[in-house]
Amino acid sequence: MVEPIPFRLNGKSVRPAVDEDRMLLWVLRTELGLTGAKYGCGEGFCGTCTVLVDGEPVRSCQAPVKSVRGKDVLTIEGLERDGRLHPLQEAFIKHEAMQCGFCTSGMILTAYALLAKNPKPTEKDVRDGLEDNLCRCGTHTRVIQAVLAAASEMKTAVNK
Amino acid sequence: MSPEKYPDGDMDEARPAVALRRRDFLKTLGGGLIVVATLSLDGEELLQEQARRGGQSAPADFNAYLRVGEDGRVTCYTGKIEQGQGAMTVLPLMLAEELEVAPASVDMVLGDTDLCPYDGGTVGSQCVRIFGPLLRAAAAEARVVLVEMASEKLQVPVERLRVKDGMVFDSAKPGTKVTYAQLVQGKKIERHASAKPALKAPADFKVMGRPAARRDARDKATGRAKYAGDIRVPGMLYACILRPPAHGAKLKTVDASAAEAVAGVRVVRDGDLVAALHELPDAALAAVAKIKAEYDPSLSLLDDVNIYDHLVKNAAPGRAVAQGGDLAEGVKLAATTVESTFLNGYVAHASMETHTALVEPKDGKATAWVSTQAPFRAKEDVASAFGIPSKDVHVIEPYVGGGFGGKSGNPQAVQAAKLAKITGRPVQVFRTRADEFFLDTFRPAAVVNIKSGLSAEGKIVFWDYEVLFAGERSSQQFYAIPHHRTVVRGDTFGSGGAAGAHPFGTGAWRGPGSNTNIFARESFIDILAAKAGIDPVEFRLLNLSDERMKRVVRIGADKFGWKPAKGPSGRGFGFACADYLGTYLSAAAEVAVDKATGKVKVVRMLCAHDSGVAVNPAGTVLQIEGCFTMGLGAAFTEEVHFKNGEVKDLNFDTYQIPRFSWLPKIEAALVDSPGVPISGAGEPAITITQAVLANAVFDACGARLYRLPMTPERIRAALPK
Repeated sequence: MVEPIPFRLNGKSVRPAVDEDRMLLWVLRTELGLTGAKYGCGEGFCGTCTVLVDGEPVRSCQAPVKSVRGKDVLTIEGLERDGRLHPLQEAFIKHEAMQCGFCTSGMILTAYALLAKNPKPTEKDVRDGLEDNLCRCGTHTRVIQAVLAAASEMKTAVNK
Repeated sequence: MSPEKYPDGDMDEARPAVALRRRDFLKTLGGGLIVVATLSLDGEELLQEQARRGGQSAPADFNAYLRVGEDGRVTCYTGKIEQGQGAMTVLPLMLAEELEVAPASVDMVLGDTDLCPYDGGTVGSQCVRIFGPLLRAAAAEARVVLVEMASEKLQVPVERLRVKDGMVFDSAKPGTKVTYAQLVQGKKIERHASAKPALKAPADFKVMGRPAARRDARDKATGRAKYAGDIRVPGMLYACILRPPAHGAKLKTVDASAAEAVAGVRVVRDGDLVAALHELPDAALAAVAKIKAEYDPSLSLLDDVNIYDHLVKNAAPGRAVAQGGDLAEGVKLAATTVESTFLNGYVAHASMETHTALVEPKDGKATAWVSTQAPFRAKEDVASAFGIPSKDVHVIEPYVGGGFGGKSGNPQAVQAAKLAKITGRPVQVFRTRADEFFLDTFRPAAVVNIKSGLSAEGKIVFWDYEVLFAGERSSQQFYAIPHHRTVVRGDTFGSGGAAGAHPFGTGAWRGPGSNTNIFARESFIDILAAKAGIDPVEFRLLNLSDERMKRVVRIGADKFGWKPAKGPSGRGFGFACADYLGTYLSAAAEVAVDKATGKVKVVRMLCAHDSGVAVNPAGTVLQIEGCFTMGLGAAFTEEVHFKNGEVKDLNFDTYQIPRFSWLPKIEAALVDSPGVPISGAGEPAITITQAVLANAVFDACGARLYRLPMTPERIRAALPK
């Protein structure tokens, strides 16, 4: 008999009754029906499976679901509020910071955590913060532009 | 120009001719005007298509379908697919231009084999270059038909009618007008264009040549974009395939008892295919790891060091693909003669999405969702693996998480079809990252030998070029050289051909062998420039006569701020120029080399890019950035290590692809050449990257690299003593 594992997922309480040693990535993608986090390498090297756990970027392919018990998990599906996209999502769209799109969820969530800690990043801060997120299409230039633009946008929004 | 054997990485053998199911397609659609443009291929296109079909006759016609609906919306049906390169954004621009509608009123249906016309695959920079003109023709024909209908309805002669934004109006009385939607209301009209309609001249373009926003951006920024691995159907099983320890290792025994002891696990063995299946993907992964299998060891004695000798020994004699003058005469004219050999290793596609396919059997038919660049080939593959006629297979193309040539074959779809047939359940096969590296069809390792000579004035007087295993594309030099010969030897793609040259599968990799050919040629041109004591850009201009190439060289040098200097100047400036399937381009780069460590920092790169017309300039610039960035890996780190059939690089810890910290400043200068056929942008800029960076490394520190990738050790070893 497996015990449900309670945690908050994109602001809502969930209690998946799954083996607690299963990796969060697979639980999200199957039982919880959220496929925005991707399997890219299975060993934490690429970042396509990144989600936020209590605001920290986590490689969900390496995180057993028991490690998020009682915590807040945010996936790409949770960024949209009342039909409005997050400024990072808007900036990624505007700057065309994606090609195949497979790394995009992980890029946006890693940047989200970066901006939460450092609302006024330099270009180098952005590069350093995203260094371990891989993109094969070579969209890096646009990702940097999008994150810097979103930071600026969010700062303006806060000051309003 | 003769066709290459496998111009686009088609590793498959000859395929049965695919029946064009135009009738079926037309039956499935609702009302409106449906135009099927059937166009005869000619010249190079036909030869390429025949080559792609293993020498079989190509179909007599090719089709582009579109439909003008009763709501005024236009639907474009194409077998091309979106893998990030921007096909779904650029193609509607070409349609909208000729049909005179707003691009936003065009909906795209891509890669659905029940709805779209046959397509050989999204490969070889063909979307814009080859499919584009067909699509424009279909749209132009639709416009002609709509104007004729409007003439009848408005009782105005065709000559007086004009078209704008989906509306036909009387040029004499603009108030007399009718929309496309009104014209097709309550009708179902099928038209069949068979002649080549007149297409607009570039000077009249209103849509093509203006930047358009990506159509897939919102889906991808919100996580809504569905890839093959994101598709769920009731009752499905996930399957992981047992990976052999080495290429050439023969499976002897399988002990699946430990795997099968896990609740819900099923292990299937079908010949050499061994798979663990479960209702959860992670359980299938864990189960396949529990299978114990014994293999006879691989007999391969090859590794990434001895491979080049092996390739040289195993290359067929080859053929001259270009020649002119008399090499012996040329040698007599030379004041200086230079000879070099260039080597390039195997590289992996390493798309972020691994190969994935879901096959759902139902009532003797099958539906398949496949991460593929070639849905119509997948349809045949699934049909044959499932043992049903191809008409009973429906392939639906989700978004593809990167292909770069690596998803032209569909082995994972074949496996999913076999497993679905055996289990009677829908089966999704997905590769682990290690599977993906091991089973990849690598860009082949290759060798280039060049011998050439200079006159006292710095003119190249002869050029003797031989390429082994990188193929014909971009092998032919374009300089004004009186005596020259280009010889191509060895299979480019496939499992190695009769000689068994490669120890594993090889295939097309973004700009296939052009990466090797251009690296070798443009490095060698730099060597000659240094011998002649002439600035590399001036040397190229001195030896070029092709005005279009000279223009793109001058623009590239100007925009970069190139100041003439003999190499190596110590500035770290590199230059190169190339042609790739009709696109002309030049590149300039600035690097800094740390001589103590051999590490290179790329400071900035610029590309001058002439694809005739950049149909979506925003997309072209993004492709140039992507090509330059991806090319950094091929230049500095990427090389597949292997020994005795074992692939040593199985994840991103040892196989290093470009990262944010590597990124130079990248600039693009788009150059128009109205009147030349419009060509592609997804590949050209990567094919020049390795050459321009090798030349920049030489200019920085005097180290000439004859082998890719340019690792710190190789750079240190090449430093002048």
